Amino acid sequence: MNKEQFYYDNKIVKMFLIATVLWGVVGMLVGLIVAFLFIFPNLLEGIPWLSFGRIRPLHTNAVIFAFVGNSIFMGIYYSMQRLLKTRMFSDALSKIHFWGWQLIIVAAALTLPFGITSSKEYAELEWPIDIAITVIWVIMGINMIGTILKRRQRHIYVAIWFYLATLITVAVLHIFNNLELPVSAFKSYSIYAGVQDALVQWWYGHNAVAFFLTTPVLGLMYYFVPKVANRPVYSYRLSIIHFWSLIFIYIWAGPHHLLYTALPEWAQNLGTVFSVMLIFPSWGGMINGLLTLRGAWDKVRENPILKFFVVAITGYGMSTFEGPMLSFKNLNAIAHYTDWIIAHVHVGALAWNGFMAAGIIYWLSGKLWKTELYSKKLANIHFWLGTLGILFYALPLYIAGFTQAAMWKQFNPDGTLVYGNFLETVTQIMPMYMMRAFGGTLYLVGFLLLAYNVIQTARAGSAVEDELAEAAPLKEISSSRLAGEGFHSWLERRTILFSLLVVVAIAIGGAIEIIPLLTVDSNIPKITSVKPYTPLELEGRDIYIREGCNNCHSQMIRPFRSEVERYGEYSKAGEFVYDFPFLWGSRRTGPDVHRVGGKYNDNWHFNHMMDPRSTSPGSIMPQYPWLIKDDLDISLTASKVNAMVKLGVPYTQFELDKAVYLLKNQAMEVEKNLRQDPEFVKNYGDANIQEKEIVAMIAYLQRLGTDIKAEPTE
Amino acid sequence: MNIIFMLIAASLLIAVLFFVLFVKSVKSGQYDDTYTPSVRMLFDDELVKQKKSEPKNNQ
Repeated sequence: MNKEQFYYDNKIVKMFLIATVLWGVVGMLVGLIVAFLFIFPNLLEGIPWLSFGRIRPLHTNAVIFAFVGNSIFMGIYYSMQRLLKTRMFSDALSKIHFWGWQLIIVAAALTLPFGITSSKEYAELEWPIDIAITVIWVIMGINMIGTILKRRQRHIYVAIWFYLATLITVAVLHIFNNLELPVSAFKSYSIYAGVQDALVQWWYGHNAVAFFLTTPVLGLMYYFVPKVANRPVYSYRLSIIHFWSLIFIYIWAGPHHLLYTALPEWAQNLGTVFSVMLIFPSWGGMINGLLTLRGAWDKVRENPILKFFVVAITGYGMSTFEGPMLSFKNLNAIAHYTDWIIAHVHVGALAWNGFMAAGIIYWLSGKLWKTELYSKKLANIHFWLGTLGILFYALPLYIAGFTQAAMWKQFNPDGTLVYGNFLETVTQIMPMYMMRAFGGTLYLVGFLLLAYNVIQTARAGSAVEDELAEAAPLKEISSSRLAGEGFHSWLERRTILFSLLVVVAIAIGGAIEIIPLLTVDSNIPKITSVKPYTPLELEGRDIYIREGCNNCHSQMIRPFRSEVERYGEYSKAGEFVYDFPFLWGSRRTGPDVHRVGGKYNDNWHFNHMMDPRSTSPGSIMPQYPWLIKDDLDISLTASKVNAMVKLGVPYTQFELDKAVYLLKNQAMEVEKNLRQDPEFVKNYGDANIQEKEIVAMIAYLQRLGTDIKAEPTE
Repeated sequence: MNIIFMLIAASLLIAVLFFVLFVKSVKSGQYDDTYTPSVRMLFDDELVKQKKSEPKNNQ
């Protein structure tokens, strides 16, 4: 048989491996800082760019897109070449992909801490970076499809299907969710408002988990677990079923992030039904992964890499069991907005993503540097530190979530709340936060051992950058063989067609959920008393976004007795029609603020921002002294109001022309209010407070949720 | 709530599509070989050993 010789590109795999380790350390370190900010809110006192609301998005983005992202690319570039028996389509594209992605990560690290954010979770990056992501993603896509086209193995192994689903779906999700109207190079507004923005965001947010953190890693599981165990996957047939059912069901589940919110109920129910169905493909995949080790469990005892895989797949099973359970409305009513969700996502991130990545890194280190792993013992220690880290992270937060939710809902016999002061429910769970930080520390120390182990392995071995391999060329298929061919094998040979089918599947799911809300008016009842924000409030809202307040404060009161009692009238869909973007939030580390307007006086907000513990003893909110020091930037006010008009907000011509004048007038009013307090005059009497950012912030907070009180709804 | 009918219709459409594809693929023998690919991926084509011994053989 005539065989062709060719070279696999190992260098690109190695580059992604190093990037994975590097960003893993960075992302987890930032996470640990965030965890310690819960315990010591004054830890980084007064440093704006290390404030919690700004670095929490840095942590999530670094872990998802830098750490897991690079680990996915590492595995894809290694396995794709070998499964298709060919070098990657283009070395140049591989390099552009690598460096482009690293530049995007650096850009994220240079913008998020400075408050340059769109506020939408896991899509915080501003529009120029969004465009860069799209370009790099397309380049990766061309490289992947090109490789498939020049393959020497006709059958496309199931792992590659998972990679393709990722490629296509993430592109669609990213584009839809980041449609925004730029105001300047660093500021833009989502083109959707309120409920619609929320639905698009969580359609994206959920599917970012599905198609960035799950499907590509499942592809890696289907390649690396059999490879390391040196035995075929338990059932190849199950893997095909797993793939198809997973991609068709996943795309519908997004609304489970918005249960009991102002989202129309049918959309909520649709999300629940599909989320519950998801357990079948998810557990099918988990079982397929674990049973690959059937009869080979002795290897798990010997081989630390398989230990990592076993815990990773178990973690996948646990979080995909929890996911459907949390999508039931009655359980969601308890868990939503609490630390339960933080524990849930960290079982996924630390166990499934982190341990899959670790196992693959250990295995590839040996392969890429042509040597044995430097220390099996260190890998074992990493495994135990990591596993204990996951337990110490997740279990306390499950308890914290349940405790806090129970306290929020506790009533006295006379109908008042037992824990009327929100802070009581925060101080109660402080021990859990400490244990979480301890768990995180263990996990990071384990990961540092991995970094050391990889460095030592690299030093001991010698890198083969282009690895020689041999395979038979692809044979033309004779027409007689095609005669009785089944549909699926025909489909498997047509990658582009296959890709299009995936797009169609997703488009159906997405369109059915989103388009009715955009077009059907009846889904969002109009409230006549709801008016657009004034220019000053708009600027205040942008500061709220810049400081990432939505990371800890929701603006969505659910229609429960306990929430209405605590926060006020529940939130209506019609109240958010001018919210570009929506700021519902997903976690209540602090109380909901949707009805905070008018609840306290201006001076309370002023003092609270200056030092939260002066007004609320025991609060773990950071201080915002720079809001009082820094002048409000009004250079963009006119263009912001103009952008709002373009998005359909009914500002009058007068408001449009005199935006800055109106802003200054309202700012003066706020200062006048503040000056009624002699304490304020004594301390800040000389400062020109009306020109400071705090004034805009106070104006916005005082406006929140007040429109509805003006008149009854239509 | 008219939208619910659209949802049921859409869900049924997908379910039917899946069912048709499934029956069609089973009947056409698509799943006759769902084993070979899982084993094939275990073999390496790298010529590492040969590469290491190259100098000895050639010189």
